[in-house]
Amino acid sequence: MIKFQNVTKTFPASVPGMENTVALDDISFGIKEGEFISLVGRSGAGKTTLLKLILVEERPTKGKVFFEEQEINKIKPEKLPELRRKIGAVFQDYKLLPKKTTYENVAYVMEVIGASDLEISRDVPKVLEIVGLKERVNNFPAELSAGEKQRLSIARALIHRPRVILADEPTGNLDPYNTLDIIKLLLKIHEMGTTLVLATHNREIVNSLEKRVITLEDGKIIRDEEKGRFIL
Amino acid sequence: MVITLKRIFKSGWKNFIRDGGIAAATCFVLIMTIFLISTIFLLKDVSQFLITTLKEKADISVYFKEEVGEEEILVVKEKISKIPEVKEVIYISRETALGEFIKRHKDDPVLMESLWEVGGNPFLASLSIQAWEAGQYSAITGFFENPDFNNLVEKIDYYQRKPAIETIFSLSILFNKAGIILSIILIITAILVTFNTVRLAILNSSEEIKIQRLVGASNGFIRGPFLVQGLISGLISGLISLAIFSLVCWFLSPKIEFFFAGFKIFDLFIKNFWIIVLLQIFTGIFLAIISSAIAIRKYLKV
Repeated sequence: MIKFQNVTKTFPASVPGMENTVALDDISFGIKEGEFISLVGRSGAGKTTLLKLILVEERPTKGKVFFEEQEINKIKPEKLPELRRKIGAVFQDYKLLPKKTTYENVAYVMEVIGASDLEISRDVPKVLEIVGLKERVNNFPAELSAGEKQRLSIARALIHRPRVILADEPTGNLDPYNTLDIIKLLLKIHEMGTTLVLATHNREIVNSLEKRVITLEDGKIIRDEEKGRFIL
Repeated sequence: MVITLKRIFKSGWKNFIRDGGIAAATCFVLIMTIFLISTIFLLKDVSQFLITTLKEKADISVYFKEEVGEEEILVVKEKISKIPEVKEVIYISRETALGEFIKRHKDDPVLMESLWEVGGNPFLASLSIQAWEAGQYSAITGFFENPDFNNLVEKIDYYQRKPAIETIFSLSILFNKAGIILSIILIITAILVTFNTVRLAILNSSEEIKIQRLVGASNGFIRGPFLVQGLISGLISGLISLAIFSLVCWFLSPKIEFFFAGFKIFDLFIKNFWIIVLLQIFTGIFLAIISSAIAIRKYLKV
């Protein structure tokens, strides 16, 4: 479903004379449909950059990235929305639309894909119920707790039934209770058949999942194991 | 397509309402700009009125000898009127000149006493001549240098008035040029201020635009609500400006009329009402939409 082929990503130095930063260094791997993958590594290991390449928020310096056979590193800007509608994204800082209510944040994605008003009014309450935000439909993000914000972010990522969900440190800002809640939610989504890529540096979560683990260090894949563990 | 447009309009309206302070700031700047542009539009007529009034003050007088009769002067007037450079000729009889003098100086005892001491009517009959342009007065005076007029004309006061006439005409040209330059500078400044205010308002939404891009919204779907918001701001600002402008014109009209006799600014406003309505509403909408479109372009590259 997703394939990285000798991908390198470097960022130019912000100060002249300094060396360029190598975020990913010649990495190759694939993700099959329906997989649950944990991307682990220290801060700065390249996890977020890797997810950004799938979302085409960044483009590789070298190598190729494929999404369903399409070489997305060459995708034209006008074709980007079409690709992103196949992907759901959950971010550590939630990235919610501050001027929209809980309901509107989720409905926005359905409006983007051109769903009818009937579909929106049928699906949005259902998803909000799944993530436990049924009572918060008219609240704005600023009125939600961190855990609620992340659940809203997940509701938004899954409302349009994407092919894959990319979760970048979704529990980074949460307490242990909310962390467990979010992981349970992600597992539920995965069980419904969605491919899931989870970037995290939470050892307990990774070890409890018993799913495929790709370990990154200094931009290189140092380990890729089925039913892997967090080893650094 | 219809459903997308409906969503864009709905979203634009909601953003406008929820933006509160920022929307109010944008409207305030737009109102200022629209007000300025409308004022310049009306000032164009005010300055035209002032220039015309000034030009009307510039004339030359040809004084006729005491023994020349009214009929002879009127024949001369007829001839002068046919000269292309002449805009207007007014005959002022000796009696009219005396009457005007008494009317103007009746409260000045010294002047009135001198007049009684001289006795009779010391004033000469004259023709007051106005030309189209300052340079044309010498051609008109040239006409009186003809020997046929030697026995008729006592004096021409052109040479005494020449510097004043030329100053008036050059001032009117200067007024015109300065008015145009000042208007252009003011309009450009106002447009830049509006553009920057809208830009700052959109900068505030840059993170939101980025998120919309990441969840797969097309550029049109993102840009649409901002343009609708601009449209609403422009429309509301145009209508508020119109209301304020009407009130200001109505309130200031008697005062302006007092200073510039015969100039009724409220009548001018009513006469140009529909042009002003269109000017204000279109200026508002055009400025807000163009500024939004330019400002948002930068943030759509994620």
